[in-house]
Amino acid sequence: MALTKNDIVARVHELGFTKKKSVDIIETLLEIIKNTLEKSEDVLISGFGKFCVKDKKQRRGRNPATGDDLILRERRVVTFKCSGKLRKKINGQPY
Amino acid sequence: MVKSELIQILKDKVDLSKTQAEKVVDIFFDTISDTLSKGGRVEIRGFGSFSVNSYKSYVGRNPKTGAQIKVPPKKLPFFKVGKQLKKLVDNKTGG
Repeated sequence: MALTKNDIVARVHELGFTKKKSVDIIETLLEIIKNTLEKSEDVLISGFGKFCVKDKKQRRGRNPATGDDLILRERRVVTFKCSGKLRKKINGQPY
Repeated sequence: MVKSELIQILKDKVDLSKTQAEKVVDIFFDTISDTLSKGGRVEIRGFGSFSVNSYKSYVGRNPKTGAQIKVPPKKLPFFKVGKQLKKLVDNKTGG
C-alpha cells in the first residue's frame, strides 16, 4: 500500500492539531509548492531534493505503442532531483 | 524557493508559529523519505508520486579522465508528476 496524503495528514494530526486543521495545513503546503512551480520557480528542499521546472524544445517523437511518428510540441515540465542525503538514506548508507 | 521560504509562507497562510510550521514541513518530507527508504511508494493526488527504481551495476567511465570504473548497483527515487501539476506548469506554453 502506497503512502497517501491521508497518512501524512494523520502524522500532522499527531502533533496535536485538529483533523480539519491538519488537512488544511497539508493542502496549503502542497498549494504553495504547486503555485511556485507554476511560476516556473524551482523548489529546493535541503536534505530531500529539488523540484525543477524545465522548458523542453519541440522534437520529433514516436508513439511507442503504434510506432507512428509524431511531433512533440514545446512544453514545460517538472523534474525532481534527489539530494545526496536522500539518496544515501534510500541506499542504506550512513550520512 | 528554498525550505525556509516555504516554511515562512505556510506559517502566514495557515496561522502557525514558526516552530510549528518547521515541524510540519519536516514531517511532510521526512514521512516521504522514510517510506521511500523502506522501499515503499508515495502517492499524492494532484501533485505526483514517488517510487524507488533499482539500477544494476555497470561499467562506466570517468568523463574527465576516461578511466573505466565499476558503478555499484544503486537505488534512486523517481518522481512522476501528477496530472494536475503537469497541466498547471505546462499551460504557459499553450497546451
